[in-house]
Amino acid sequence: MLHFDRISKKYNGCLALDGITFKVAPREFISLVGHSGAGKTTLLKMLLAEEYPTEGNVFFEDTDIHTLSSRDMNNFRRRIGAVFQDYRLLLNRTAYENIAFAMEAAGRTDDEIASDVPHALELVDLGDKIWNFPHELSGGEKQRVAIARAIVNQPDILIADEPTGNLDPVNTYDIVQILKRINDLGTTVILTTHNKGVIDSLGKRVITLEHGKIVRDDPEGRYIL
Amino acid sequence: MFFTNLKIIFRTGLNYFLRNGFVSLSAVLIMSVTLFSIGAVAFMLALLDASIAEIESKIDLTVSFVTNAPEDGILEVKSALEKLPEVSGVIYTTREKALEAFRARNQGDTLILQALDEIGDNPLGATLSVQAKDSSQYESIAKFFTNNTALSAERLSIVDRVNFEDNKIVFERLSKFVSSAKQLGVSISVILGVISMLIAFNTIRLIIYISKDEIAVMRLVGATSRFVRSPFVISGILYGLIAAAFVLTLFFPITWWLRDATEQFFSGMNLFRYYNTNFFEFLALIGGSGLIAGALSSYLAVRKYLKV
Repeated sequence: MLHFDRISKKYNGCLALDGITFKVAPREFISLVGHSGAGKTTLLKMLLAEEYPTEGNVFFEDTDIHTLSSRDMNNFRRRIGAVFQDYRLLLNRTAYENIAFAMEAAGRTDDEIASDVPHALELVDLGDKIWNFPHELSGGEKQRVAIARAIVNQPDILIADEPTGNLDPVNTYDIVQILKRINDLGTTVILTTHNKGVIDSLGKRVITLEHGKIVRDDPEGRYIL
Repeated sequence: MFFTNLKIIFRTGLNYFLRNGFVSLSAVLIMSVTLFSIGAVAFMLALLDASIAEIESKIDLTVSFVTNAPEDGILEVKSALEKLPEVSGVIYTTREKALEAFRARNQGDTLILQALDEIGDNPLGATLSVQAKDSSQYESIAKFFTNNTALSAERLSIVDRVNFEDNKIVFERLSKFVSSAKQLGVSISVILGVISMLIAFNTIRLIIYISKDEIAVMRLVGATSRFVRSPFVISGILYGLIAAAFVLTLFFPITWWLRDATEQFFSGMNLFRYYNTNFFEFLALIGGSGLIAGALSSYLAVRKYLKV
Protein backbone atom coordinates (compact mmCIF):
# COMPACT_ATOMS: atom_id res chain seq x y z
CA MET A 1 0.00 0.00 0.00
CA LEU A 2 2.76 2.42 1.02
CA HIS A 3 6.37 2.26 -0.02
CA PHE A 4 9.05 4.60 1.29
CA ASP A 5 11.86 4.10 -1.20
CA ARG A 6 15.35 5.31 -0.18
CA ILE A 7 14.08 8.55 1.29
CA SER A 8 16.68 11.15 2.27
CA LYS A 9 16.04 14.66 3.49
CA LYS A 10 18.58 17.41 4.05
CA TYR A 11 17.97 20.70 5.87
CA ASN A 12 20.77 23.21 5.19
CA GLY A 13 23.20 20.38 4.50
CA CYS A 14 22.20 18.48 7.64
CA LEU A 15 20.83 15.00 6.99
CA ALA A 16 17.45 14.47 8.75
CA LEU A 17 16.55 11.24 6.94
CA ASP A 18 19.10 8.91 5.39
CA GLY A 19 17.99 6.31 2.87
CA ILE A 20 14.80 5.22 4.63
CA THR A 21 13.15 2.24 2.95
CA PHE A 22 10.15 0.25 4.17
CA LYS A 23 6.74 -0.91 3.04
CA VAL A 24 3.38 -0.75 4.78
CA ALA A 25 0.67 -3.30 4.02
CA PRO A 26 -3.06 -2.49 4.04
CA ARG A 27 -4.68 -2.71 7.54
CA GLU A 28 -1.26 -2.77 9.17
CA PHE A 29 -0.55 -0.93 12.46
CA ILE A 30 2.98 0.47 12.55
CA SER A 31 4.68 2.39 15.31
CA LEU A 32 7.64 4.63 14.53
CA VAL A 33 9.82 5.14 17.58
CA GLY A 34 13.01 7.01 18.24
CA HIS A 35 14.53 9.87 20.19
CA SER A 36 13.56 13.46 19.45
CA GLY A 37 15.18 14.50 16.17
CA ALA A 38 15.41 10.91 14.93
CA GLY A 39 13.26 11.81 11.90
CA LYS A 40 9.84 10.38 12.83
CA THR A 41 7.83 13.55 12.21
CA THR A 42 9.81 14.41 9.06
CA LEU A 43 8.90 10.99 7.70
CA LEU A 44 5.20 11.60 8.37
CA LYS A 45 5.45 15.04 6.76
CA MET A 46 6.74 13.29 3.63
CA LEU A 47 3.61 11.18 3.59
CA LEU A 48 1.38 14.23 3.98
CA ALA A 49 3.43 16.03 1.30
CA GLU A 50 4.10 18.84 3.74
CA GLU A 51 7.78 18.15 3.01
CA TYR A 52 9.43 16.85 -0.13
CA PRO A 53 12.37 14.40 -0.01
CA THR A 54 15.81 15.51 -1.18
CA GLU A 55 16.19 12.02 -2.63
CA GLY A 56 13.92 9.00 -2.99
CA ASN A 57 10.19 8.55 -3.45
CA VAL A 58 7.06 7.81 -1.45
CA PHE A 59 4.64 5.56 -3.33
CA PHE A 60 0.99 5.23 -2.44
CA GLU A 61 -0.56 2.39 -4.45
CA ASP A 62 2.21 2.72 -7.08
CA THR A 63 1.83 6.52 -7.39
CA ASP A 64 4.69 8.77 -6.37
CA ILE A 65 2.79 11.22 -4.16
CA HIS A 66 5.28 14.03 -4.65
CA THR A 67 4.53 14.15 -8.36
CA LEU A 68 0.78 14.65 -7.86
CA SER A 69 -0.94 17.73 -9.25
CA SER A 70 -2.57 20.15 -6.81
CA ARG A 71 -6.02 18.67 -7.50
CA ASP A 72 -4.82 15.07 -7.10
CA MET A 73 -2.93 16.06 -3.97
CA ASN A 74 -6.19 17.29 -2.39
CA ASN A 75 -7.87 13.99 -3.28
CA PHE A 76 -4.90 12.07 -1.90
CA ARG A 77 -4.96 14.01 1.36
CA ARG A 78 -8.61 13.12 1.80
CA ARG A 79 -7.53 9.46 1.88
CA ILE A 80 -5.25 10.17 4.83
CA GLY A 81 -6.41 11.14 8.27
CA ALA A 82 -3.93 12.94 10.51
CA VAL A 83 -3.77 13.42 14.27
CA PHE A 84 -1.13 15.58 15.93
CA GLN A 85 0.24 16.05 19.44
CA ASP A 86 -1.09 19.64 19.49
CA TYR A 87 -4.55 18.53 18.20
CA ARG A 88 -4.71 21.31 15.54
CA LEU A 89 -8.42 21.87 16.07
CA LEU A 90 -10.11 25.02 14.75
CA LEU A 91 -10.53 26.95 17.98
CA ASN A 92 -13.59 28.95 17.00
CA ARG A 93 -15.58 25.88 15.99
CA THR A 94 -17.40 23.31 18.07
CA ALA A 95 -16.45 19.62 18.11
CA TYR A 96 -19.24 19.00 15.60
CA GLU A 97 -18.07 21.80 13.29
CA ASN A 98 -14.43 20.71 13.44
CA ILE A 99 -15.41 17.29 12.18
CA ALA A 100 -18.01 18.63 9.75
CA PHE A 101 -15.34 20.85 8.20
CA ALA A 102 -13.30 17.84 7.06
CA MET A 103 -16.45 16.46 5.41
CA GLU A 104 -17.31 19.82 3.82
CA ALA A 105 -13.80 19.95 2.36
CA ALA A 106 -14.45 16.55 0.81
CA GLY A 107 -17.65 17.87 -0.79
CA ARG A 108 -20.09 15.90 1.37
CA THR A 109 -23.70 17.09 1.67
CA ASP A 110 -25.34 18.55 4.78
CA ASP A 111 -27.40 15.37 5.21
CA GLU A 112 -24.31 13.17 5.13
CA ILE A 113 -22.57 15.47 7.58
CA ALA A 114 -25.57 15.50 9.95
CA SER A 115 -25.62 11.70 9.98
CA ASP A 116 -21.87 10.91 10.05
CA VAL A 117 -20.49 13.48 12.51
CA PRO A 118 -22.46 12.28 15.57
CA HIS A 119 -21.50 8.72 14.63
CA ALA A 120 -17.78 9.64 14.50
CA LEU A 121 -18.06 11.34 17.89
CA GLU A 122 -19.81 8.28 19.35
CA LEU A 123 -16.93 6.16 18.08
CA VAL A 124 -14.48 8.19 20.19
CA ASP A 125 -16.88 8.26 23.18
CA LEU A 126 -17.64 11.98 22.89
CA GLY A 127 -21.32 11.87 21.97
CA ASP A 128 -22.14 14.20 24.89
CA LYS A 129 -19.61 16.92 23.91
CA ILE A 130 -20.83 17.51 20.39
CA TRP A 131 -21.43 21.29 20.77
CA ASN A 132 -18.43 22.05 22.99
CA PHE A 133 -15.67 24.34 21.75
CA PRO A 134 -12.03 23.12 22.06
CA HIS A 135 -11.38 25.37 25.09
CA GLU A 136 -14.23 23.57 26.88
CA LEU A 137 -12.59 20.16 26.39
CA SER A 138 -9.76 18.37 28.23
CA GLY A 139 -6.57 17.35 26.40
CA GLY A 140 -7.79 13.79 25.97
CA GLU A 141 -11.16 14.98 24.68
CA LYS A 142 -9.51 17.34 22.19
CA GLN A 143 -7.40 14.47 20.90
CA ARG A 144 -10.50 12.33 20.51
CA VAL A 145 -12.18 15.10 18.49
CA ALA A 146 -9.04 15.24 16.33
CA ILE A 147 -9.24 11.46 15.81
CA ALA A 148 -12.95 11.69 14.94
CA ARG A 149 -12.11 14.40 12.40
CA ALA A 150 -9.32 12.25 10.96
CA ILE A 151 -11.51 9.18 10.45
CA VAL A 152 -14.83 10.76 9.45
CA ASN A 153 -14.04 10.57 5.72
CA GLN A 154 -13.09 6.90 6.17
CA PRO A 155 -9.42 7.33 5.18
CA ASP A 156 -7.22 4.45 4.03
CA ILE A 157 -4.45 5.55 6.38
CA LEU A 158 -4.50 7.24 9.78
CA ILE A 159 -1.32 9.05 10.79
CA ALA A 160 -0.95 9.77 14.49
CA ASP A 161 2.05 11.94 15.34
CA GLU A 162 2.70 11.65 19.10
CA PRO A 163 -1.05 11.68 19.83
CA THR A 164 -0.49 10.84 23.50
CA GLY A 165 2.43 13.21 24.05
CA ASN A 166 0.35 15.67 26.09
CA LEU A 167 -1.91 13.18 27.84
CA ASP A 168 -2.01 11.50 31.24
CA PRO A 169 -1.81 7.66 31.45
CA VAL A 170 -5.60 7.18 31.58
CA ASN A 171 -6.21 9.31 28.49
CA THR A 172 -3.19 7.72 26.77
CA TYR A 173 -4.73 4.28 27.32
CA ASP A 174 -8.09 5.49 25.96
CA ILE A 175 -6.51 6.96 22.82
CA VAL A 176 -4.52 3.79 22.14
CA GLN A 177 -7.68 1.72 22.48
CA ILE A 178 -9.46 3.99 20.02
CA LEU A 179 -6.58 3.70 17.52
CA LYS A 180 -6.67 -0.10 17.86
CA ARG A 181 -10.43 -0.07 17.27
CA ILE A 182 -9.96 2.05 14.13
CA ASN A 183 -7.28 -0.35 12.89
CA ASP A 184 -9.57 -3.32 13.57
CA LEU A 185 -12.20 -1.63 11.40
CA GLY A 186 -9.75 -1.76 8.46
CA THR A 187 -7.76 1.49 8.51
CA THR A 188 -3.97 1.39 8.28
CA VAL A 189 -2.48 3.23 11.27
CA ILE A 190 0.98 4.80 11.47
CA LEU A 191 1.81 5.99 14.96
CA THR A 192 4.86 7.85 16.23
CA THR A 193 5.49 7.78 19.96
CA HIS A 194 8.08 7.91 22.73
CA ASN A 195 5.88 5.96 25.08
CA LYS A 196 7.20 2.46 25.79
CA GLY A 197 3.96 1.53 27.55
CA VAL A 198 1.98 2.31 24.43
CA ILE A 199 4.22 0.15 22.25
CA ASP A 200 4.13 -2.74 24.72
CA SER A 201 0.36 -2.65 24.96
CA LEU A 202 -0.04 -2.68 21.16
CA GLY A 203 2.16 -5.67 20.32
CA LYS A 204 2.32 -4.56 16.67
CA ARG A 205 5.18 -3.84 14.20
CA VAL A 206 7.71 -1.27 15.46
CA ILE A 207 10.22 0.64 13.29
CA THR A 208 12.99 2.28 15.27
CA LEU A 209 14.75 5.36 13.86
CA GLU A 210 18.07 6.78 14.97
CA HIS A 211 19.81 9.80 13.39
CA GLY A 212 17.53 9.56 10.35
CA LYS A 213 18.15 5.86 9.71
CA ILE A 214 16.13 2.73 10.39
CA VAL A 215 18.03 0.74 13.01
CA ARG A 216 15.36 -1.88 13.73
CA ASP A 217 12.15 -3.11 12.08
CA ASP A 218 10.56 -5.49 14.56
CA PRO A 219 7.33 -7.31 13.75
CA GLU A 220 7.07 -8.47 17.38
CA GLY A 221 6.49 -4.96 18.74
CA ARG A 222 9.47 -4.44 21.02
CA TYR A 223 10.64 -0.99 22.02
CA ILE A 224 14.41 -1.08 22.36
CA LEU A 225 16.37 2.17 22.42
CA MET B 1 -21.47 19.10 -5.50
CA PHE B 2 -20.93 22.56 -7.02
CA PHE B 3 -24.00 24.04 -5.30
CA THR B 4 -23.23 22.22 -2.04
CA ASN B 5 -19.76 23.75 -2.09
CA LEU B 6 -21.17 27.17 -2.97
CA LYS B 7 -23.61 27.01 -0.07
CA ILE B 8 -20.83 25.93 2.32
CA ILE B 9 -18.51 28.69 1.06
CA PHE B 10 -21.14 31.41 1.60
CA ARG B 11 -22.14 30.02 4.97
CA THR B 12 -18.50 29.75 6.10
CA GLY B 13 -17.74 33.28 4.86
CA LEU B 14 -20.68 34.64 6.82
CA ASN B 15 -19.56 32.64 9.86
CA TYR B 16 -16.04 34.11 9.67
CA PHE B 17 -17.57 37.55 9.59
CA LEU B 18 -19.97 37.00 12.49
CA ARG B 19 -17.73 34.90 14.73
CA ASN B 20 -14.78 37.29 14.63
CA GLY B 21 -17.08 40.11 15.72
CA PHE B 22 -14.50 42.55 17.06
CA VAL B 23 -11.97 41.87 14.30
CA SER B 24 -14.72 42.25 11.67
CA LEU B 25 -15.78 45.54 13.24
CA SER B 26 -12.18 46.80 13.07
CA ALA B 27 -11.90 45.76 9.43
CA VAL B 28 -15.18 47.48 8.58
CA LEU B 29 -14.02 50.66 10.33
CA ILE B 30 -10.65 50.69 8.52
CA MET B 31 -12.40 50.03 5.22
CA SER B 32 -14.83 52.84 6.06
CA VAL B 33 -11.93 55.25 6.53
CA THR B 34 -10.53 54.11 3.18
CA LEU B 35 -13.84 54.52 1.36
CA PHE B 36 -14.52 57.82 3.11
CA SER B 37 -11.18 59.12 1.80
CA ILE B 38 -12.06 58.00 -1.73
CA GLY B 39 -15.50 59.68 -1.45
CA ALA B 40 -13.98 62.86 0.02
CA VAL B 41 -11.49 63.03 -2.85
CA ALA B 42 -14.39 62.68 -5.32
CA PHE B 43 -16.17 65.58 -3.62
CA MET B 44 -13.00 67.68 -3.66
CA LEU B 45 -12.50 67.02 -7.36
CA ALA B 46 -16.11 68.06 -8.00
CA LEU B 47 -15.58 71.27 -6.02
CA LEU B 48 -12.32 71.93 -7.86
CA ASP B 49 -14.05 71.38 -11.21
CA ALA B 50 -16.87 73.72 -10.23
CA SER B 51 -14.39 76.40 -9.12
CA ILE B 52 -12.34 76.07 -12.31
CA ALA B 53 -15.50 76.21 -14.43
CA GLU B 54 -16.57 79.34 -12.55
CA ILE B 55 -13.19 81.03 -13.12
CA GLU B 56 -13.22 80.00 -16.78
CA SER B 57 -16.71 81.40 -17.24
CA LYS B 58 -15.56 84.76 -15.93
CA ILE B 59 -13.09 85.25 -18.77
CA ASP B 60 -13.95 85.56 -22.42
CA LEU B 61 -12.58 86.90 -25.64
CA THR B 62 -14.34 90.09 -26.70
CA VAL B 63 -14.66 91.12 -30.34
CA SER B 64 -15.49 94.84 -30.67
CA PHE B 65 -17.02 96.17 -33.87
CA VAL B 66 -16.75 99.62 -35.41
CA THR B 67 -19.69 101.86 -34.58
CA ASN B 68 -21.09 101.81 -38.11
CA ALA B 69 -20.91 98.01 -38.50
CA PRO B 70 -24.12 96.65 -40.04
CA GLU B 71 -26.01 94.14 -37.87
CA ASP B 72 -26.20 91.46 -40.59
CA GLY B 73 -22.41 91.60 -40.84
CA ILE B 74 -22.03 91.20 -37.05
CA LEU B 75 -24.47 88.27 -37.08
CA GLU B 76 -22.51 86.67 -39.91
CA VAL B 77 -19.28 86.88 -37.82
CA LYS B 78 -21.22 85.48 -34.82
CA SER B 79 -22.48 82.57 -36.88
CA ALA B 80 -18.96 81.84 -38.22
CA LEU B 81 -17.57 81.88 -34.67
CA GLU B 82 -20.27 79.52 -33.39
CA LYS B 83 -19.22 76.98 -35.99
CA LEU B 84 -15.69 76.76 -34.51
CA PRO B 85 -15.21 73.53 -32.50
CA GLU B 86 -13.37 75.42 -29.72
CA VAL B 87 -16.28 77.80 -29.07
CA SER B 88 -18.88 76.94 -26.46
CA GLY B 89 -21.00 80.09 -26.84
CA VAL B 90 -21.13 83.61 -28.29
CA ILE B 91 -23.11 86.44 -26.71
CA TYR B 92 -24.05 89.40 -28.92
CA THR B 93 -24.34 92.80 -27.25
CA THR B 94 -25.87 95.48 -29.47
CA ARG B 95 -24.63 99.09 -29.42
CA GLU B 96 -27.80 100.12 -27.55
CA LYS B 97 -27.38 97.48 -24.88
CA ALA B 98 -23.69 98.31 -24.54
CA LEU B 99 -24.60 101.95 -23.93
CA GLU B 100 -27.32 100.96 -21.47
CA ALA B 101 -24.87 98.81 -19.55
CA PHE B 102 -22.22 101.56 -19.65
CA ARG B 103 -24.69 104.10 -18.23
CA ALA B 104 -25.77 101.65 -15.54
CA ARG B 105 -22.14 100.96 -14.58
CA ASN B 106 -21.36 104.67 -14.29
CA GLN B 107 -24.60 105.75 -12.76
CA GLY B 108 -22.91 107.71 -9.94
CA ASP B 109 -20.35 109.40 -12.21
CA THR B 110 -22.04 112.56 -13.44
CA LEU B 111 -18.95 113.68 -15.38
CA ILE B 112 -19.02 110.63 -17.64
CA LEU B 113 -22.78 110.78 -18.07
CA GLN B 114 -22.54 114.47 -19.00
CA ALA B 115 -19.79 113.70 -21.51
CA LEU B 116 -22.01 111.03 -23.10
CA ASP B 117 -24.86 113.53 -23.37
CA GLU B 118 -22.45 116.08 -24.94
CA ILE B 119 -21.44 113.61 -27.65
CA GLY B 120 -25.13 113.00 -28.40
CA ASP B 121 -24.47 109.91 -30.53
CA ASN B 122 -23.73 106.40 -29.13
CA PRO B 123 -19.90 106.15 -29.18
CA LEU B 124 -19.88 102.42 -28.33
CA GLY B 125 -19.71 99.66 -30.88
CA ALA B 126 -21.47 96.28 -30.67
CA THR B 127 -19.49 93.39 -29.14
CA LEU B 128 -19.38 89.62 -29.30
CA SER B 129 -18.30 87.81 -26.10
CA VAL B 130 -16.80 84.49 -27.08
CA GLN B 131 -16.59 81.65 -24.54
CA ALA B 132 -14.10 78.88 -25.28
CA LYS B 133 -14.72 75.28 -24.22
CA ASP B 134 -11.30 75.30 -22.58
CA SER B 135 -9.23 78.26 -21.42
CA SER B 136 -6.27 77.06 -23.53
CA GLN B 137 -8.28 77.53 -26.73
CA TYR B 138 -8.60 81.34 -26.75
CA GLU B 139 -5.43 81.75 -28.76
CA SER B 140 -6.68 79.56 -31.58
CA ILE B 141 -10.01 81.43 -31.55
CA ALA B 142 -8.12 84.74 -31.81
CA LYS B 143 -6.22 83.37 -34.83
CA PHE B 144 -9.60 83.06 -36.54
CA PHE B 145 -9.44 86.81 -37.12
CA THR B 146 -5.84 86.89 -38.37
CA ASN B 147 -5.63 83.77 -40.61
CA ASN B 148 -9.25 83.70 -41.58
CA THR B 149 -10.54 82.36 -44.82
CA ALA B 150 -14.13 81.92 -43.64
CA LEU B 151 -14.84 85.64 -43.50
CA SER B 152 -14.63 88.09 -46.38
CA ALA B 153 -12.38 91.14 -46.17
CA GLU B 154 -15.52 93.24 -45.98
CA ARG B 155 -16.67 91.40 -42.90
CA LEU B 156 -13.22 91.53 -41.29
CA SER B 157 -13.09 95.26 -41.86
CA ILE B 158 -16.03 95.83 -39.47
CA VAL B 159 -14.03 94.26 -36.61
CA ASP B 160 -12.49 97.09 -34.60
CA ARG B 161 -10.38 95.01 -32.22
CA VAL B 162 -10.03 91.58 -30.56
CA ASN B 163 -8.85 91.77 -26.96
CA PHE B 164 -6.78 88.58 -27.01
CA GLU B 165 -3.34 90.19 -27.11
CA ASP B 166 -4.27 92.46 -24.13
CA ASN B 167 -5.36 89.46 -22.07
CA LYS B 168 -2.88 86.94 -23.48
CA ILE B 169 -0.86 86.67 -20.25
CA VAL B 170 -4.03 86.22 -18.19
CA PHE B 171 -5.28 83.54 -20.57
CA GLU B 172 -1.95 81.70 -20.50
CA ARG B 173 -1.65 81.85 -16.72
CA LEU B 174 -5.21 80.71 -16.25
CA SER B 175 -4.72 77.89 -18.71
CA LYS B 176 -1.60 76.73 -16.84
CA PHE B 177 -3.37 77.07 -13.49
CA VAL B 178 -6.36 75.04 -14.65
CA SER B 179 -4.16 72.36 -16.16
CA SER B 180 -1.94 72.16 -13.04
CA ALA B 181 -4.95 72.14 -10.69
CA LYS B 182 -6.53 69.28 -12.60
CA GLN B 183 -3.27 67.30 -12.67
CA LEU B 184 -2.71 67.93 -8.98
CA GLY B 185 -6.26 66.87 -8.16
CA VAL B 186 -5.92 63.62 -10.10
CA SER B 187 -2.45 62.92 -8.64
CA ILE B 188 -3.64 63.49 -5.07
CA SER B 189 -6.67 61.28 -5.73
CA VAL B 190 -4.51 58.47 -7.09
CA ILE B 191 -2.02 58.72 -4.20
CA LEU B 192 -4.77 58.83 -1.56
CA GLY B 193 -6.58 55.98 -3.28
CA VAL B 194 -3.44 53.80 -3.33
CA ILE B 195 -2.60 54.60 0.32
CA SER B 196 -6.16 53.84 1.38
CA MET B 197 -6.16 50.56 -0.51
CA LEU B 198 -2.82 49.57 1.06
CA ILE B 199 -4.19 50.26 4.55
CA ALA B 200 -7.28 48.15 3.80
CA PHE B 201 -5.12 45.40 2.32
CA ASN B 202 -2.84 45.29 5.37
CA THR B 203 -5.79 45.18 7.76
CA ILE B 204 -7.30 42.21 5.96
CA ARG B 205 -3.87 40.60 5.73
CA LEU B 206 -3.54 40.84 9.51
CA ILE B 207 -6.97 39.27 9.97
CA ILE B 208 -6.01 36.40 7.69
CA TYR B 209 -2.65 36.05 9.45
CA ILE B 210 -4.63 35.24 12.61
CA SER B 211 -6.26 32.39 10.67
CA LYS B 212 -3.04 30.95 9.21
CA ASP B 213 -3.10 27.87 11.46
CA GLU B 214 -6.70 27.28 10.51
CA ILE B 215 -5.78 27.50 6.82
CA ALA B 216 -2.97 24.97 7.36
CA VAL B 217 -5.44 22.56 8.99
CA MET B 218 -7.88 23.06 6.12
CA ARG B 219 -5.20 22.12 3.62
CA LEU B 220 -4.21 19.05 5.63
CA VAL B 221 -7.77 17.69 5.56
CA GLY B 222 -7.72 18.00 1.78
CA ALA B 223 -9.54 21.29 1.23
CA THR B 224 -8.85 22.75 -2.21
CA SER B 225 -7.32 26.21 -2.54
CA ARG B 226 -10.65 27.55 -3.80
CA PHE B 227 -12.48 26.00 -0.87
CA VAL B 228 -10.06 27.59 1.62
CA ARG B 229 -9.86 30.95 -0.10
CA SER B 230 -13.48 31.59 -1.07
CA PRO B 231 -14.96 32.07 2.44
CA PHE B 232 -12.22 34.63 3.20
CA VAL B 233 -13.01 36.44 -0.05
CA ILE B 234 -16.74 36.40 0.86
CA SER B 235 -15.97 37.82 4.26
CA GLY B 236 -13.66 40.45 2.67
CA ILE B 237 -16.48 41.46 0.32
CA LEU B 238 -18.79 41.77 3.34
CA TYR B 239 -16.27 44.10 5.05
CA GLY B 240 -16.18 46.24 1.91
CA LEU B 241 -19.93 46.35 1.28
CA ILE B 242 -20.88 47.10 4.89
CA ALA B 243 -18.23 49.84 5.04
CA ALA B 244 -19.54 51.24 1.73
CA ALA B 245 -23.14 51.29 3.05
CA PHE B 246 -21.94 53.04 6.21
CA VAL B 247 -19.93 55.67 4.29
CA LEU B 248 -22.70 56.33 1.75
CA THR B 249 -25.15 56.89 4.62
CA LEU B 250 -22.66 59.08 6.48
CA PHE B 251 -22.26 61.36 3.45
CA PHE B 252 -25.93 62.45 3.68
CA PRO B 253 -25.64 64.32 7.01
CA ILE B 254 -22.12 65.55 6.18
CA THR B 255 -23.08 67.06 2.80
CA TRP B 256 -26.28 68.45 4.39
CA TRP B 257 -24.15 70.18 7.02
CA LEU B 258 -21.69 71.51 4.41
CA ARG B 259 -24.28 72.56 1.84
CA ASP B 260 -24.44 76.29 2.75
CA ALA B 261 -20.68 76.65 3.16
CA THR B 262 -19.93 75.04 -0.21
CA GLU B 263 -22.67 77.01 -1.92
CA GLN B 264 -21.14 80.22 -0.59
CA PHE B 265 -17.47 79.46 -1.26
CA PHE B 266 -17.58 77.25 -4.33
CA SER B 267 -19.53 79.16 -6.92
CA GLY B 268 -23.00 78.13 -5.87
CA MET B 269 -22.29 74.41 -5.67
CA ASN B 270 -24.62 72.84 -3.12
CA LEU B 271 -22.80 69.70 -1.99
CA PHE B 272 -25.96 68.01 -0.65
CA ARG B 273 -27.80 68.55 -3.94
CA TYR B 274 -24.72 67.38 -5.85
CA TYR B 275 -24.55 64.17 -3.74
CA ASN B 276 -28.25 63.46 -4.24
CA THR B 277 -28.06 64.09 -7.98
CA ASN B 278 -24.98 61.91 -8.41
CA PHE B 279 -25.83 59.30 -5.76
CA PHE B 280 -25.67 56.35 -8.16
CA GLU B 281 -22.20 57.39 -9.35
CA PHE B 282 -21.09 57.53 -5.71
CA LEU B 283 -22.77 54.18 -5.06
CA ALA B 284 -20.80 52.67 -7.95
CA LEU B 285 -17.53 54.33 -6.87
CA ILE B 286 -17.70 53.62 -3.12
CA GLY B 287 -19.52 50.28 -3.38
CA GLY B 288 -17.26 49.11 -6.22
CA SER B 289 -14.10 50.20 -4.40
CA GLY B 290 -15.25 48.44 -1.21
CA LEU B 291 -16.09 45.26 -3.06
CA ILE B 292 -12.87 45.18 -5.06
CA ALA B 293 -10.66 46.16 -2.09
CA GLY B 294 -12.26 43.52 0.17
CA ALA B 295 -12.20 40.73 -2.39
CA LEU B 296 -8.75 41.45 -3.82
CA SER B 297 -7.10 41.98 -0.42
CA SER B 298 -8.50 38.69 0.89
CA TYR B 299 -7.59 36.82 -2.27
CA LEU B 300 -3.98 38.01 -2.19
CA ALA B 301 -3.57 37.64 1.58
CA VAL B 302 -4.81 34.02 1.68
CA ARG B 303 -2.61 33.02 -1.24
CA LYS B 304 0.49 33.27 0.93
CA TYR B 305 -0.80 30.64 3.36
CA LEU B 306 -2.01 28.15 0.78
CA LYS B 307 1.44 26.78 0.06
CA VAL B 308 1.21 23.75 2.40
